[in-house]
Amino acid sequence: MTIAVIDYGMGNLHSVAKALEHVTHENVVITDDSRSIRGASRLVLPGQGAIRDCMGELQRNDLQGVVHEVLRAQAKPLLGICVGQQMLMEESEENGGVVCLSHLPGRVRHFERDLRDTQGQRLKVPHMGWNRVTQHHPHPLWAGIDDDARFYFVHSYYVEAQEDSDIFGTTEYGGHTAHVATGRGPVFAVQFHPEKSARDGLRLLENFVTWTP
Amino acid sequence: MALAKRIIPCLDVDAGRVVKGVNFVGIRDAGDPVEVAKRYNQQGADEITFLDITASHEDRGTTVEMVERIAGEVFIPLTVGGGIRTCDDIRTMLNAGADKVSINTAAVTNPDFVHEAAERFGSQCIVVAIDAKRVSAEGEPPRWEIFTHGGRKPTGLDAVEWASKMVELGAGELLLTSMDRDGTKAGFDLGVTHAIADAVSVPIIASGGVGHLDHLVAGVKEGGADAVLAASIFHFGEYTIPDAKRYMVEQGIEMRL
Repeated sequence: MTIAVIDYGMGNLHSVAKALEHVTHENVVITDDSRSIRGASRLVLPGQGAIRDCMGELQRNDLQGVVHEVLRAQAKPLLGICVGQQMLMEESEENGGVVCLSHLPGRVRHFERDLRDTQGQRLKVPHMGWNRVTQHHPHPLWAGIDDDARFYFVHSYYVEAQEDSDIFGTTEYGGHTAHVATGRGPVFAVQFHPEKSARDGLRLLENFVTWTP
Repeated sequence: MALAKRIIPCLDVDAGRVVKGVNFVGIRDAGDPVEVAKRYNQQGADEITFLDITASHEDRGTTVEMVERIAGEVFIPLTVGGGIRTCDDIRTMLNAGADKVSINTAAVTNPDFVHEAAERFGSQCIVVAIDAKRVSAEGEPPRWEIFTHGGRKPTGLDAVEWASKMVELGAGELLLTSMDRDGTKAGFDLGVTHAIADAVSVPIIASGGVGHLDHLVAGVKEGGADAVLAASIFHFGEYTIPDAKRYMVEQGIEMRL
């Protein structure tokens, strides 16, 4: 039993691997090898930085094919994190428009520049820090985690899923409702960083490594 | 608004020990960095900042090992600063388990380094540390300048303009330290905090001078900071992180409890 963190050359994967190792005795590998990805029992699709670079690196490293194949087969659990969540959608507004993996219907939108709260106070973009996640639908990955628990976020773009049944968690920021947990079948994806979200984040990862969809 | 303000305990680490200088003299030992980080994590700190103030180059390897050990046990964001001068330095720290790096002097000597680092690693992990000191006299319109070398060397750069420039170049967050206040326990310099928080779109961490919980409240409410950083009030047990958070909540600030 191996959990593979897909390494397509974008960002820091050590945090997520270390957090997974903390919650499971199973083997955790960071890999860019298609065979290891096919052979793994569970996959983590992370992502950091600009989505055009993430999609570009996925293609350049010949990993888009295997990710598509895994998503289509629906045979093993996959956890998307941050830009990894966004890449599962159809397209993103970032970088002038980027076509994504189209696993779930919906798009990735930008928090506009001059974001304000209800009192007119200026809100910062990126949305950085600990915010509440409302559990829109029940899901096995929410086990043991309170509704409206706080998770750690760093992002300027957010997912807007089309189908209500694909939305598992939402967060309000500057008058926008970001769909911060989305999924379908064996795929679950989150905008926040469970590997940096203290106890609740570790609990979500623990739920993922024991999940049988 | 539900985004919580953050409390960030800061570990100033010299040769593998947490220390805290009062205005950079009279350094007091505050323990093993890994144990201190674990304690703050258990107390509910929102992030941890690790500043390597090791003077001798030979002891730098210790820092990487410390960061690795902290990152293996503490699952909240970890920022590492001190001596970050090249993209290789950044890669080393990220590989050791840091989530963000804080760039200080190198940003002043070579501003393009901030741009290069943000392009390569993403703005989300690039914090620029700004050490500002008030240079205007009483009665004059307030003006702050950037200082390097622990507040000893003036640069002639206006702090507010500098902050905007750093954000344009790709800084994802600013760590603002008042060199007049650092170690004094007299509270943040709210003037410069507010001026910079107002001028830029990225989050601001206020630092330097916390001696009382009211200072944390003022940093957020009057200074407009998104996060507050403190060291000695937590290291020596005057207050715990939950004490600080509860107090801030009582004052109407949204916190993660």
